[in-house]
Amino acid sequence: MSSRRSRSRQSGGSRISDDQINDLVSKLQQLLPEIRNSRRSDKVSASTVLQETCNYIRSLHREVDDLSERLSELLATTDTAQAAVIRSLLLQ
Amino acid sequence: MNPQLLSLSPNNSSLKSRFTLGFLRALKRLNMQTSSSPSPPQTVSSSSSSSPREMCRRYLRIRIAADASMASAVGSRRAWSRTLLLKIRNRQFRSCNSSARRISMKKKCSGRKMKKLKCDKEINELRKFVPGGEAMDACSLLDEAAHYIKCLNTQVKVMTRIADIYSAT
Repeated sequence: MSSRRSRSRQSGGSRISDDQINDLVSKLQQLLPEIRNSRRSDKVSASTVLQETCNYIRSLHREVDDLSERLSELLATTDTAQAAVIRSLLLQ
Repeated sequence: MNPQLLSLSPNNSSLKSRFTLGFLRALKRLNMQTSSSPSPPQTVSSSSSSSPREMCRRYLRIRIAADASMASAVGSRRAWSRTLLLKIRNRQFRSCNSSARRISMKKKCSGRKMKKLKCDKEINELRKFVPGGEAMDACSLLDEAAHYIKCLNTQVKVMTRIADIYSAT
């Protein structure tokens, strides 16, 4: 991969870079849920795919945040549940 | 703790199982940390007796643990996981971070020397979302982004499953 990149820089082959970019963009397109489900693969431009990638990564980050919050609340509840049980046993 | 998830056979060391085991271990460590520090017995009526700041700190620790276990499950094969691991270790060992950061920034910055591509603006936008994306050229960035999305999906799936199991018990 690195040799290919240096060759493209020297021979001024922007076409080579575009082909590589198009390959990688189509690979990304397969991972994106909306584009894969709704439209046909050949009608989506590269910039749309890249934009959708950014949005998708942002939504995945948000999901991880929400899940972390939910897990932290669940952990807190478990702790408090155990503490409440111990407290009620001591108070009897 | 979670017998169903831990029943994964040791031979099947897929990314998902490596991440699950690492994350569960981290959660157990976090759980023991918080239970060792005595919670103030002030309010009995509210569901959680911890202060908002404690909740925020715990949420951050869980998110960092999730990212760390995902990055270590991937290993150093990928640039984004290397960046994440360095970032997390730098946070822990602030004193010796200068040399580590220099190594991570030594990656090819050939993106600037390549011809201006059509989707330059979108590519630069994508750099902000992939860890270590600023130092990569466009090809590596797209490659890393694809792998990063795959791993984020795994992370979300596993965390959802864990949260469901926790809330069911």
